[in-house]
Amino acid sequence: MTADASLQDPPALPPEFRPEGPLLHRNAAISEPAWVQRILISLALLFLLGFLLLPLISVFAEALRNGWVTYKDALFEPDAIAAIKLTLLVAALAVPLNLVFGIAAAWAITKFEFRGKSVLISLIDLPFSVSPVVAGVIYIMIFGRHGWAGPWLDENDIKIVFAVPGIVLATVFVTFPFVARELIPLMHEQGTDNEQAALTLGASGWKTFWHVTLPSIKWALLYGVLLCSARAMGEFGAVSVVSGHIRGQTNTMPLHVEILYNEYQFAGAFAVASILALFALITLALKSYLEWRHGDELAATRRH
Amino acid sequence: MTAATPSFQRARRARSVIPGFGLTMGFTLFYLSLIVLIPLAGVFFKSSQLGWDGFWHVVTHPRVLAALKLSFGAALIGALINAVFGTLVAWVFVRYRFFGKRFFDAVIDLPFALPTAVAGIALTALYSANGWVGQFLEPLGIKVAYTPLGVILACTFIGLPFVVRTVQPVLEEAEKELEEAAASLGANRLQTIVRVILPTILPAILTGFTLAFARAAGEYGSIIFIAGNMPMVSEIAPLLIIIKLEEFDYAGASAVAVAMLGLSLLLLLLINGLQIWSRRRHGQKT
Repeated sequence: MTADASLQDPPALPPEFRPEGPLLHRNAAISEPAWVQRILISLALLFLLGFLLLPLISVFAEALRNGWVTYKDALFEPDAIAAIKLTLLVAALAVPLNLVFGIAAAWAITKFEFRGKSVLISLIDLPFSVSPVVAGVIYIMIFGRHGWAGPWLDENDIKIVFAVPGIVLATVFVTFPFVARELIPLMHEQGTDNEQAALTLGASGWKTFWHVTLPSIKWALLYGVLLCSARAMGEFGAVSVVSGHIRGQTNTMPLHVEILYNEYQFAGAFAVASILALFALITLALKSYLEWRHGDELAATRRH
Repeated sequence: MTAATPSFQRARRARSVIPGFGLTMGFTLFYLSLIVLIPLAGVFFKSSQLGWDGFWHVVTHPRVLAALKLSFGAALIGALINAVFGTLVAWVFVRYRFFGKRFFDAVIDLPFALPTAVAGIALTALYSANGWVGQFLEPLGIKVAYTPLGVILACTFIGLPFVVRTVQPVLEEAEKELEEAAASLGANRLQTIVRVILPTILPAILTGFTLAFARAAGEYGSIIFIAGNMPMVSEIAPLLIIIKLEEFDYAGASAVAVAMLGLSLLLLLLINGLQIWSRRRHGQKT
């Protein structure tokens, strides 16, 4: 019965005479009463507040619980500095690798027609569906002491697992699809007309890429690199399997957080965690900026 | 017809003036094989050394079964929670205007950006007995930290953005004329929502649900801190893999890994199927 009443509501007043309200569409036939809207908005925001903002705030609160001095000491301790350096180094190696791969894969997939294209795209997406721990385990099976290449690596004194190369490999695996995923839908939308025009006018392949393709994909590329770096610096599961947890040598920031936490040095753990949380906030800010400012130049379908 | 297609494609490729197919395709396949395909095949090969009986024996061990059940069960519940609240959040963001919308819209992606270990210790601090939230739940007899409930909580956290981000664009594109038509034909608002809007966004909800499920099932970092990791009770499958590795039981570790991979691949196929289904539905609509 109440529903019928709401149906009789709209014809009573033409839209232009209705007062300005919180309604986005003043046509009440396809909207909800203001009180329903308020309840739904409150519910949604409460959910986000409880699940997202509260954990974020608690990281900073716990980090500063024992005061500013303890916070600073935890960050400037040699092991923490080594962890920060290693994290940045790993990201600096893994991200460019996936950047080059992303561009090459997107070029091959979007500029040419070939069989099995959708299979290739699914394979590129595959690392997203693999548990991070499994991503670490696969490299142990190959490069570990009891792995396939283990004995040979031992003989030649090459360390991959429980050393930096293993951490880089695991990080490359978990961030594998990020850049390709941003570029493929966008370059597919853009087609090949511009490139063909440049080429018929006599530009070389490289020149065409630098002056025609790259400028039109630069924002999407940046977007992909941003997400890729955020994940590369924050990866925990995969890196934890291959790192060996050697303090000052193979500990990235997330692993350092774990070690401090398990030693009940909560203030230190949350101090390092707060730096990672800060990175995450910067990532979100840059990401939102790119979406608002250059939304048209990003792919229409953005899903991660 | 079928015979004509390949030759047509070959002709198109020959006519294409765009260079670099060999280089980019070669590099793509090389890099993909080196980083992803060969190492993954390695795990399958390692577990095959156990033989089918050995594999089955490892995977059906009560502790492994309990861990797999917890990982996939908690992920399922977390994804269900996200399907409901994610749809609500997407709806509120697309249809209503309120203060701080841009801020909250940006914050949605926090679980993607925040390292899982940080999320893990933050959730544990919040929900432990003397934490900000835990101290209110404890008197009610609800224990979240160090129980399976904590695992569900972490699964919900990391899967949160998936449903919102898949439903949002579909809802934005949904034609309001259909709702107006439904209303003018005498449907009340609830009927319009259930019969007109929900069918339009259902494929997106399902896709988001499956993505959140797949992500949470393999999750490790945000769960191990809050789970308490008691064998048979709150021990997740990825942790069991690590425990087996530390015991140098490589074959056992790879068997559990293969079981997880198999289940995840099943999910991936489901996602693809859902996307094809939704595309077909979408095609019929417009």
